[in-house]
Amino acid sequence: MAGDQTPEMTGAQALVASLEKLDVDVIFGIPGGAILPAYDPLYDSKVRHILVRHEQGAGHAAEGYASSTGRVGVCMATSGPGATNLVTPLADAYMDSVPIVAITGQVNSASIGTDAFQEADIRGITMPITKHNFLVTRTEDIPQALKEAFHIASSGRPGPVLVDIAKDALQKSAPFVWPGSIKMPSYRPTVKPHVLQIRQAVKLIAKASRPVLYIGGGVVRAEASAELREFVDATGIPVVTTLMARGVFPDSHELAMGMPGMHGTVAAVGALQRSDLLITIGARFDDRVTGRLDSFAPDALVIHADIDPAEISKNRVADVPIVGDAKNVLRELNQQITKVDLADISEWVGYVTGLKRRYPTGYDLPPNGELSPQYVIKRLGEISGPDTIWATGVGQHQMWSAHFLPFEKPGKWLNSGGAGTMGYCVPAAMGAKVGNPDQVVWGIDGDGCFQMTNQELVTCALNDIPVKIAVINNQVLGMVRQWQTLFYDSRYSNTELHSQRIPDFVKLAEAMGCVGLRAETVEQVDDVINQAMAINDRPVVVEFLVNKDAMVWPMVAAGTGNDEIKIARDLAPDWEEEVL
Amino acid sequence: MSTHTLSVLVHNKPGVLARIAGLFSRRGFNIESLTVGQTEKPELSRMTVMAEVDDPLVLEQIVKQLNKLIEVHKVLELDEAAVLRQLVLVKVRSDIDNRSKIVDTVNLFRGKAVDISHESITIEATGSHEKIQALVSMLEPFGVLELVTSGHVALGRGARALTDRTRSDIRRDKESQG
Repeated sequence: MAGDQTPEMTGAQALVASLEKLDVDVIFGIPGGAILPAYDPLYDSKVRHILVRHEQGAGHAAEGYASSTGRVGVCMATSGPGATNLVTPLADAYMDSVPIVAITGQVNSASIGTDAFQEADIRGITMPITKHNFLVTRTEDIPQALKEAFHIASSGRPGPVLVDIAKDALQKSAPFVWPGSIKMPSYRPTVKPHVLQIRQAVKLIAKASRPVLYIGGGVVRAEASAELREFVDATGIPVVTTLMARGVFPDSHELAMGMPGMHGTVAAVGALQRSDLLITIGARFDDRVTGRLDSFAPDALVIHADIDPAEISKNRVADVPIVGDAKNVLRELNQQITKVDLADISEWVGYVTGLKRRYPTGYDLPPNGELSPQYVIKRLGEISGPDTIWATGVGQHQMWSAHFLPFEKPGKWLNSGGAGTMGYCVPAAMGAKVGNPDQVVWGIDGDGCFQMTNQELVTCALNDIPVKIAVINNQVLGMVRQWQTLFYDSRYSNTELHSQRIPDFVKLAEAMGCVGLRAETVEQVDDVINQAMAINDRPVVVEFLVNKDAMVWPMVAAGTGNDEIKIARDLAPDWEEEVL
Repeated sequence: MSTHTLSVLVHNKPGVLARIAGLFSRRGFNIESLTVGQTEKPELSRMTVMAEVDDPLVLEQIVKQLNKLIEVHKVLELDEAAVLRQLVLVKVRSDIDNRSKIVDTVNLFRGKAVDISHESITIEATGSHEKIQALVSMLEPFGVLELVTSGHVALGRGARALTDRTRSDIRRDKESQG
């Protein structure tokens, strides 16, 4: 392929040509000195570049795009502060296994290490928070680095990859050689599960009397929702879906127990705690799910399937480890499970579905007639429906959304699970809308989170990205305040935002080119949601002024075991009568 | 605490050492010693990492996390039978009167003098950690002025090499070509 016809290109042209060959349709970014050469050929390219207002927005937008489309999201920034502003989204994508590629400019290769203007060792900085990263100092290495970066980001356990390119490498010319195939002998993820492990697993499943499917975000990333459904149909085993997996199994299904963990449902937490077999797929025994590890699911054997071998037996020892892609694992399980007789689990299913019936996730209306945040979120879900793509920030509104939205379909739920990044919502919603222009995208944000990244609504307004953002304004950093109420004697140190007065979210929205709406009473809720649903030519911000004392229940206090779950303050579910 | 020796085959590229050292520090694994050097293949470097670990699950986690790094080709825990060597350079206070005593002692350890002055002698020796410690303790009475030890380098015994390709490697290569 190389030869006399190989076109000579600048590194910048090679970068853009590589992105075109990789079928990139959109980049979120901001130009600056070191990356400037790349922006010249980008001007003529078919690749769309969306000029964001802050690099953090570019990173989260790439995440929102990736999580909602299954494709690699791309963001671009210049050296130094441009690159360091990408650190939070990279860390976020690393924790939640989101395939994104960040391209950053670096100072001239001869100046690296001299504390040159806008120099930062972004490769060194991002080593612990990327799946891999590159520093490219030679023009001819650019296409190979890009191809490898996209391959690494999207294969195996997906994750963020950073490609840092020295300015002189972008400026100099070299023959453009597009690598035919990628040979990476030291990177070959295992995607097919070992048949012996599958057989072991099926043996345990067949004789388990209290099995539970503990389903995590890996099943979403592997797009294995249909295979999961088939497995549940074949076995009748109850399902818990972690925060990252909400929607991968329909909540309306009889066997859907909801979300486990610190703010999980009684049914999901109870099912895991009393189980004798956890069938764990694409989940990682995160501390927010397990509570105190030594009292988590004490009687359960563990089947743990994950594409990342390092997750297996990291927190909880697996009795049957399975390394493989969730889709392949479920396919194999589906094939093998028909060949065995399953133990009768009807009594167990009766128990957990009974828990679900008796302890639904509910909420009390505020005594003073103020709006209930849970009610608002519930109505948003009911009016906009299960085809909506939802993005949230982090905190109380996120947990309420995880409970009260209609989760019927996979890939519609975007949020920052592992990192817990406040400010994720608005830019992630923007990225999702760019990737899915024909779908309704709602962001549900808190007043604290919204004030971190709302500047991207300007980007949305100017670039025809009509997202809808609900600001659940309780005037405080609600989740932190909840902990202060429960564990710090209601001493509200620095959690009062006063955002009922400042900023005026409606005016702020309008100043950014959006429609701004507000609801303060129950009667106004449906009206403003319907108004927002009708607007498709501009972004809409709807502020809901809600009660500040609403709390997220159920809750397992940090550092305690899951059996200590409370369904309201000082109120524990009654386990005794139903011990099997 | 028990000490484990890991041989890690990595790409010979800038930044790899930082990546591995960073992994150990951020995951809270303790490194006792780390060496890096060339191998028989110019594109590969070999690191010998000695880590203090009690829990076998922690060791398993270290190996898995190392394997996750894109630039790591292979990780092997060497068993106790492996050949493990360390280098020591030690500068001992010495004059004409005790010089031959020192050299005699050093000869017992198959070490040698590499520098000499009117007031000092510098000794070089290689060997297992225990041998080096024994030598140093014999030299201490003379007065140790300065001492430096290298990290360990290690090779497994027998004909097998870490760089050997396994059958599954070859099969996977064929699959990816076909």
